[in-house]
Amino acid sequence: MAAINRGQVAHLAQLAHIEMSDDELDRMAKELAVIVDSVKSVSEAAGADVPATSHPIPLTNVMREDVVGHVLTAEEALSGAPDSADGRFKVPAILEES
Amino acid sequence: MTVHELIRSSAADMAAKLAAGDITSVELVQAHLDRIAAVDGGERGVNAFLHVNAEEALAVAADVDARRAAGEELHELAGVPIAVKDLIVTKGQPTTAGSKILEGWMSPYDATVVKKLRAARMPILGKTNLDEFAMGSSTEHSAYGPTRNPWDLDRIPGGSGGGSAAAVAAFEAPLALGTDTGGSIRQPGAVTGTVGVKPTYGAVSRYGAIAMASSLDQIGPVSRTVLDSALLQEVIGGHDPQDSTSLTDPSTGLADAARLGNVAGMKIGIIKELHGEGYQAGVENRFNESLELLRGAGAEIVEVSCPNFGYALGAYYLIMPSEASSNLAKFDGVRFGMRALPAEGPLTIERVMAATRAAGFGDEVKRRIILGTYALSAGYYDAYYGSAQKVRTLIQRDFAAAFEQVDVLISPTAPTTAFKLGEKLNDPLAMYLNDVATIPANMAGVPGLTLPGGLADEDGLPVGIQLLAPAREDARLYRVGAVLESLLEAQWGGPILDRAPSLAETPAVEPVETQGTAATAAAKEAN
Repeated sequence: MAAINRGQVAHLAQLAHIEMSDDELDRMAKELAVIVDSVKSVSEAAGADVPATSHPIPLTNVMREDVVGHVLTAEEALSGAPDSADGRFKVPAILEES
Repeated sequence: MTVHELIRSSAADMAAKLAAGDITSVELVQAHLDRIAAVDGGERGVNAFLHVNAEEALAVAADVDARRAAGEELHELAGVPIAVKDLIVTKGQPTTAGSKILEGWMSPYDATVVKKLRAARMPILGKTNLDEFAMGSSTEHSAYGPTRNPWDLDRIPGGSGGGSAAAVAAFEAPLALGTDTGGSIRQPGAVTGTVGVKPTYGAVSRYGAIAMASSLDQIGPVSRTVLDSALLQEVIGGHDPQDSTSLTDPSTGLADAARLGNVAGMKIGIIKELHGEGYQAGVENRFNESLELLRGAGAEIVEVSCPNFGYALGAYYLIMPSEASSNLAKFDGVRFGMRALPAEGPLTIERVMAATRAAGFGDEVKRRIILGTYALSAGYYDAYYGSAQKVRTLIQRDFAAAFEQVDVLISPTAPTTAFKLGEKLNDPLAMYLNDVATIPANMAGVPGLTLPGGLADEDGLPVGIQLLAPAREDARLYRVGAVLESLLEAQWGGPILDRAPSLAETPAVEPVETQGTAATAAAKEAN
């Protein structure tokens, strides 16, 4: 498996929507390289015949009647938002003007 | 016994005194608030609490006292106060998850476990400190400063639930709630000389616990005695339709198991891979001593091997960040929490989101989000996340094979005693190794309990003993744990916390202004 490098970290930070300074990218790349190196052996542990487990206790899907349960009021749902107007979340521009 | 001495007793004893009318809940809650005021604040304070909920706690206590006086039948723990880890949402108190991004955030709803505490009429003393979003093993990753270990204020109280464990160890609360994703209840319990339990995955509802890694997270009890954790798990456990991973099993029989008092004929397995090399000598010594005590009580001790546990830590550090990176995507600067604007350039939502997450998240959270995003990337998914999920199957098979031979498994809870604040802060990998013995239980969903096993010879600090049982067999942990606890306490001549240094009690605010207040009174009484 390839080691993680600074360019990849910059790309990942962009995907994860976290702004990072040059210093932060340098540090993060170094730390992550050590961590990734230490978890590499995991890919050698299990053969192709071992099934993957996504959940500790096997459960089937949970169904319920299609009726309105307890839900937050619009006021409650907006109570922690940094900005709202007319009963809605208010967001900055979705698209950059060109 | 004065009410200020009573704060050192078990929750079960407090409940008995309340039921007998020897004390009132208002007195009991006030005594704990006084203790918090005396030891938690200031430069050298324990800093277990991020928020103290005095007014509501006293109101609930007064209500319990009135109902009891009127002859109403109340829950066994009614009037016994509790602290709640600040990863669990509460109406009427801020929930921060130890992060700047949620500073001052008020949840519009209660977690199911909090609803259950309210239904049992247990006064909530406040919210306890944690590593940011429960990511860490020392509470040093809290955005609100580290919690200090009551055994040595220069040492870590474990993490992520260091606040809950320290609060209970410092007699600021008899009970607390924690959450455990890779050891966040059990490892703090080990290093603070307290008891903590990660129940079977799904035995306690996760609704209202801010998710880190959903397939691993579990809420559980924190206390000073095994029986107290059993009583608390009975309160918070049981099926919850609002958590689709919640088990339908009833949450009963745990306290009865703790009161059973025998282990004769039980088979207990030492996990070959979870002791020896890499474990501190004092930890090994106390561990071996516990094995002797259990053997003396009629248990059969055998060694079992779980060969794939060696891969557990690596697989955990792929699965957990993968799930965390997805769960934390909701902190977008739009729906809740803070919003930060980029220093320059256009204010588009993407750029505001990136600036918000840069300013709101700490280093460890960023590290795990990036690592998780990496592990889930196209081209790496099969090698990392896919392989880690296969390891999960192998770990479950190891447990299944072990539990064909024995009733419970035993190991040290953590490889070392509490280390110094700052010692591992700049070495993420060294920090991760603290959870080497606790992670397998989360990967397999099985329950685990830690209880104090004594003090290490080389540093006089607490050592934790971990018990593990098959899924849905939490009662076995309480049965064996309570027996081992009583054997150890007989040897020590009392609870382990009797040997912890007493904390200097200082008034939290200027003495001139606090004349006659409870905090000053408590400080004077201690002098």
